[in-house]
Amino acid sequence: MSSVNLESLRDFASSRWQSLRRHFDDLDALRQRLDYQTYILAAAALAASLLLGFADLATRGSIARRQSEDMQATLSQVVPSHLRDNDLLSDVRRIVDETGETRVYVARKQGNATAIAFEFSARGGYSGPIRLMMGVGRDGSILGVRVIAHAETPGLGDKIEEAKSSWIRAFEGHSLDNTPEERWRVKKDGGDFDQFAGATITPRAVVRGVEAGLQFLRRHQSELLVPAQTGETSP
Amino acid sequence: MNDELRRITRDGLWANNIVFSQMIGLCPLLAVTGTATNGLGMGLATACVMVMCSAAVSYGRRLIPAEIRIPIFVVLIAVIVTLVDMMMNAWLHEMHKVLGLFIPLIVTNCAILGRVEAYASRQPVLPATMDGLMMGLGFALALVVLGAAREVLGAGTLFANASLLMGESFTWLETVVLRDYRGFLLMTLPPGGFLMLGFILAGKKMLDRRLARRKESPALALARSAMKST
Repeated sequence: MSSVNLESLRDFASSRWQSLRRHFDDLDALRQRLDYQTYILAAAALAASLLLGFADLATRGSIARRQSEDMQATLSQVVPSHLRDNDLLSDVRRIVDETGETRVYVARKQGNATAIAFEFSARGGYSGPIRLMMGVGRDGSILGVRVIAHAETPGLGDKIEEAKSSWIRAFEGHSLDNTPEERWRVKKDGGDFDQFAGATITPRAVVRGVEAGLQFLRRHQSELLVPAQTGETSP
Repeated sequence: MNDELRRITRDGLWANNIVFSQMIGLCPLLAVTGTATNGLGMGLATACVMVMCSAAVSYGRRLIPAEIRIPIFVVLIAVIVTLVDMMMNAWLHEMHKVLGLFIPLIVTNCAILGRVEAYASRQPVLPATMDGLMMGLGFALALVVLGAAREVLGAGTLFANASLLMGESFTWLETVVLRDYRGFLLMTLPPGGFLMLGFILAGKKMLDRRLARRKESPALALARSAMKST
């Protein structure tokens, strides 16, 4: 029974294929027809959309995973491991103020908040905002700062990246208490932080941004460094 | 056939080089050649896309009517670039972090559309793919030369941070050419790209002219060099 079915199916398919072949044998004539042009353009657009749709489905999960790994890696660089035993990505709070929404990640050790990390932007760079991630301890001193994204000049301003220079580590240990306002500048302007040879604008923007980040934290400190309460963690 | 492939190779790398002879695709060129490493990354990514576009267009060339070829080519190039971007982001994430900025720029490179239109849409798959590869490599070569020249003059280094792009095994590429060099900002900024491209183009013209003269009269050149040595 099934073999008969298979044979008739094969006959049917081959007859369709032959008629299709007859059309396509004379491609030169076919190409001239106006409706053919419409169909082929539509087919190209359809194929393109399908391809992109499937590629998006195939890569979306993987891309999201890679991005959360990146975030995790940056977080673990700005908050040392001995200060936390929780998953920072799962302990997020949102602070909304005049500068917009800031996501704050709370590091905990045995349930007690030990440090926080948050993402912010430094303005006044050479081209566009510089996205930074900063970890701050309970005493208000900086545990670490890392650049997440920037568009500064390659070979000059990009020394703010930890992979290219250790400059960004100079912030560690500084706080608003041990560094008065007039020292939050590059050395050229009479402050505590180095500039790069040939590039002052980028470090100046980062120093100013980090100071603004600490001040943001001071304004919201009371809301943040409180002991964990059950059911408080947000997804 | 072999002669044809040899001609394609020579055309792509030197005689008809996209940047140095056809002078197209300059927008991404000037934007990313601040360092040799960036030039290499962008060049290789562009070469990959060019090979795929040329092969695909050549494969489907009999189906595409002349009247609507341009929209089809544009859709095809945009799709391939987007696919490369997504797949790199998902599966070659470390490389994507370095090159990610440049990949969408490839769409704006008119050289890809130019090669597809001028060559791949009229040739069989093998020569078309070869043409895409050689034109792409020629473009990469131009980017590396320009990037290297700007990097040496602008920052005194060569292939700085190559290991970030290609992995730890390429650390040997990173060299400091000029020690304690204070840097020449103009060369790293976009105007330096225009200036350096101008110098390189002038240099290539000079070299080509000298080569042509030598080819014209080998006897004369021989006599001249003989006279010089006596």
